[in-house]
Amino acid sequence: MTPTLQTFLIVSAALFSIGLLAALSRQHAIFVLIGIEMMLAAANLNFIAFWRFGSQPQSPTGVMVAIFSIAIAAAEAAVGLALVIAVYRHYRTTNVTKLDQLKG
Amino acid sequence: MTPWIVTNLWLIPAVPLAASLIILLLANSRGRMARALAITGQVVALTFAIVAFLRTLAEPGYRASHNFTWFTFGAHTLRLGWVLDPLTAAMLLMITFVGLWIFVFSIGYMAGDRNFTRFFAYLSFFSAAMLGVVIANSLLLLFVCWELVGLASYLLIGFWIHKPSAAAAAKKAFITTRIGDIALFLGILWLYRSSGTLLFYDEGNGCLEATGLLALGTSATFVALLIFGGAAGKSGQFPLHVWLPDAMEGPTPVSALIHAATMVAAGVFLVARVYPLFSLGAVDGVTPSLTVVVWIGVITALMASLIAVAQFDIKRILAYSTVSQLGLMMVSLGVGGVAAGIMHLLAHGFFKALLFLGSGSVIHSCHHEQDIRKMGGLRHLMPVTFLTYAIGMMTLSGVPFFFSGAWTKEEILHATAHWSRSSVPSYLMMAGVVLTALYMTRQMIFVFFGTRREASELATGQVRPIRHRTDSLRRTGGHAQESPRVMTVPLIVLAVCTTVLSVVLTPAWPWLHDYLNGEPAHFQIGQLIQPMLFVSLALVAAGVWLGILLYRNAGGTDPLAQTQPILFRFLENKMWLDELYAKTVLSWSTMFSRASDWMDRYIWDGLVRAIGAAGHFFGIVTTNFDERAINAGVDESATGTRGLGRFMSAGHSGQIQTYLGAVAVGMLALLILYAWLA
Repeated sequence: MTPTLQTFLIVSAALFSIGLLAALSRQHAIFVLIGIEMMLAAANLNFIAFWRFGSQPQSPTGVMVAIFSIAIAAAEAAVGLALVIAVYRHYRTTNVTKLDQLKG
Repeated sequence: MTPWIVTNLWLIPAVPLAASLIILLLANSRGRMARALAITGQVVALTFAIVAFLRTLAEPGYRASHNFTWFTFGAHTLRLGWVLDPLTAAMLLMITFVGLWIFVFSIGYMAGDRNFTRFFAYLSFFSAAMLGVVIANSLLLLFVCWELVGLASYLLIGFWIHKPSAAAAAKKAFITTRIGDIALFLGILWLYRSSGTLLFYDEGNGCLEATGLLALGTSATFVALLIFGGAAGKSGQFPLHVWLPDAMEGPTPVSALIHAATMVAAGVFLVARVYPLFSLGAVDGVTPSLTVVVWIGVITALMASLIAVAQFDIKRILAYSTVSQLGLMMVSLGVGGVAAGIMHLLAHGFFKALLFLGSGSVIHSCHHEQDIRKMGGLRHLMPVTFLTYAIGMMTLSGVPFFFSGAWTKEEILHATAHWSRSSVPSYLMMAGVVLTALYMTRQMIFVFFGTRREASELATGQVRPIRHRTDSLRRTGGHAQESPRVMTVPLIVLAVCTTVLSVVLTPAWPWLHDYLNGEPAHFQIGQLIQPMLFVSLALVAAGVWLGILLYRNAGGTDPLAQTQPILFRFLENKMWLDELYAKTVLSWSTMFSRASDWMDRYIWDGLVRAIGAAGHFFGIVTTNFDERAINAGVDESATGTRGLGRFMSAGHSGQIQTYLGAVAVGMLALLILYAWLA
């Protein structure tokens, strides 16, 4: 069967949910970052889906947004990793459940 | 142009008053200076009194007054003043002269007393007040000095402050005379309201002069009776006589001065002074107010002389004798014998003071023993005292010719016999004369005759001692002897005076009578022998003979007590009048006091305490409201805030993934909202 827009959106939504799940339920900080990357990837897929099945499939608008998004995701992943390293240097742990200094 | 002495009549009371005030400032140890000041004051007053007396001899019926304005209030002015007339001059002389010799006597009598200085201060003060009463031309000034006399009497009766009986007697004297003073004050108020003036003699405008009496009209009787109420209190008339015998608790010079010669004379003097009020509208010499005066006087005279027959305290006999004589004087004034009454007053001043001082001499040498049953045979041990006392006794009884008392009594009996209203007072006063002679004879026999009875009689337990102080016991070794000269000289002087006074009192040359009545003196030798003379001679002889018969072999006990026990006990207990008063007036007064106290304690105090309790209650309410409502409210809100905060902070778990989850849920909610709204 030919994939319709709904197919892509369902996949994207599933991917987003999995990513959210990962971000919320994993204890290791890297895994949380992986989850965030997955959510970003889902968003990209959403963009591409709407571009492909949208009004002007030939203009490169959707692809451009997707590339931007990937670049930003990379930068953000770098920052996140830097944070993780900084945290690790201070607290000697990567377990996010143990980082509860702001507990009030 | 008023003479110098009339304008400066105020000096006569002022000098003893100044002496008294100075003595009060002295320390207790300065006895010598105190007595010197007091005697000097009295001598100066006597000198001025003589000057005043000589001035009144200028013409018969001399009367001069000096009035001045004290202060004005609104349209009214209050005027005071002093008057000089024969009545005033005679009283001034008697008071200063007798007072002087009593002061001298006190030097000896009070010699060992610790409060010697205070005694003379009070004596001088009394003298000043009494002289003020006598010179006053204004009823207000008279009333002021009257009250001061009462105060001095209170201070002097209660002089021995360590004796509770003296304090009680002083209080009784003051309160009883106060009752009379209320009547007097009401009379003064009524008089002022009716006549508009309180001055006696004011160039025709005084209340005793024509215009004043006219303005009073019929109210003169009531005013006179009210004034007589005051006089009755001060002069110990029935029913206000109860304080006089108790006043014997004071030292004997006090009894001599105040309760024989002067203060009790003030009442009689007052009646004589305002006599025009009493005699206004007299029909045949009789008015309602004068009739009241007569009957009260009669009752007093008779009652007192009966009680005197049954008394055992030497001073109480004399006290009741004074009451009786004052009653006689009131009778004399009431029946119209004003001059006779005043003459008897003056003579009585001399001989009663003599008798009291004589009894003081006896008491002093018997170591302050006052019971006549424990005296006796003193006539050999104390000859001077005996002689002077005998003179006094004969004067009082009315032995004629040489003794002044007889002439004055004869005059009074004469006046009562000619009273148009009734002849009962006349017979009763004659009975009084007999009784007077009787009790005085009794006293003489018990005290001076017979055998010497010492305190050994006490051992039998039959007699109740009337002892006071025993400080002179050591000096004489327990035996009675004649008193020192400082005490016997006044006795001699007074005895001589009573005898000499009789010269100016005889009917042959009734100089004093004419002087007081304002008539020129006349001399008629034929008048010497009067029918009344024989009557009084017979009465006195009867009394003395009866006395000698009854008491000649009495020894230490009273024969009447054996033969007439019930009557004797009735008289000995003063007819139980004091007890009657205690049961009635005093108990009502006590009830009223208790009721007032109850009112004060529970009603008025309760009211104040209720207001306090209301304030307290209000405080409690406010406190509770403040604590429980307001504070609690604030506390609750604080607790609530804290709880909210705790609740809110529970949401800050510090877990990153929790926050992230919250963001996701929030975003989902927004999506649903967006979808629902679109």
